[in-house]
Amino acid sequence: MSSEAGQQHPLGIYYKIWILLFVLSSFSYAVDFFNVQGGMRWGLVLLFMCLKAGFIVAIFMHVVWERMALVLTILGPPLVLLLLIGLMSVEGYYISDARYQYMGHDPNAVALTPSDLHGGEHGEEEEAH
Amino acid sequence: MSEAAISGSNSTLVDDWSADKQAYHVPWGKAMMWIFLVSDTFIFTCFLTGYLHVRLSTTEPWPLQSEIFALSFGGDPIPLILIALMTFILITSSGTMALAVNFGYRRDKVKTFWFMVATAALGASFVGMQVFEWSKLILEEGVRPWTNPFGATQFGSVFFMITGFHGLHVTVGVIYLLTVAFKVKNGHYDKKGYEIVEIAGLYWHFVDLVWVFIFAFFYLL
Repeated sequence: MSSEAGQQHPLGIYYKIWILLFVLSSFSYAVDFFNVQGGMRWGLVLLFMCLKAGFIVAIFMHVVWERMALVLTILGPPLVLLLLIGLMSVEGYYISDARYQYMGHDPNAVALTPSDLHGGEHGEEEEAH
Repeated sequence: MSEAAISGSNSTLVDDWSADKQAYHVPWGKAMMWIFLVSDTFIFTCFLTGYLHVRLSTTEPWPLQSEIFALSFGGDPIPLILIALMTFILITSSGTMALAVNFGYRRDKVKTFWFMVATAALGASFVGMQVFEWSKLILEEGVRPWTNPFGATQFGSVFFMITGFHGLHVTVGVIYLLTVAFKVKNGHYDKKGYEIVEIAGLYWHFVDLVWVFIFAFFYLL
């Protein structure tokens, strides 16, 4: 709309979005801090991620105030990436299934953590693995 | 015109593209920055999709990021705290950048300069924390692009490639911001206008945007 005059907007909206981004990031971190797992973890992390990304692109990068020709140029082409992501996830599941099935890997193997490896300065006494 | 087309002259190409039509009603530098950012989106998405694929297809267990990136301040290790701190620093820098753009359009050179310098300083501290994170993983934990002691070997290659490429973007951004900031201070844009601050801001917000996705996909999920 006001592109030729530059993107000048009241400061208030920037402060609001700024605070909102802080809050959303804290929520994301809280998901990990309180060890939420499973579908809930995925849902919450992806929700906060999409909201953050949306506000950054729309307000901080001014896309919401740009003309449609530029908006479509910016947001249109990346949509094909969704196809790539979809195809690669199908492929990835297929490969891992095939590997579990034919190569004898253990689907329930658990990763090691730094405290497993270093004996852990903390908690060595309490929990011996 | 048809003669030019028959002779294969370049002039037809120029005629077609210079027909007094303008698709994007923004300064050309801003349009070019957006096109660059769209192409960068493709690069980062390809990296993240590559990560998606190796993480799905590997049969080794994926290392637990929450514990690997934990940090202890005297007491028990706090999970993922360094990454959370880096996230907040980058968001803060996005905010100061947005203010710099705003003050640029108000032609307030002093405030624009200082907000850009603050943004660059926050960016530099982000890179500093990344150096700390990398050296901790390389020296203390023995993580390499081809191996690591925790689980799936792809963890190392994905980590170094994605965070490395993002860190490179932040580093370049710091240099870019400082260059523009000092030009602003010296009155270089008094006649040209301050769109350049917005263009530099677009790049910086994009770097923050990429981190939003890296934070979610690589560190949280």
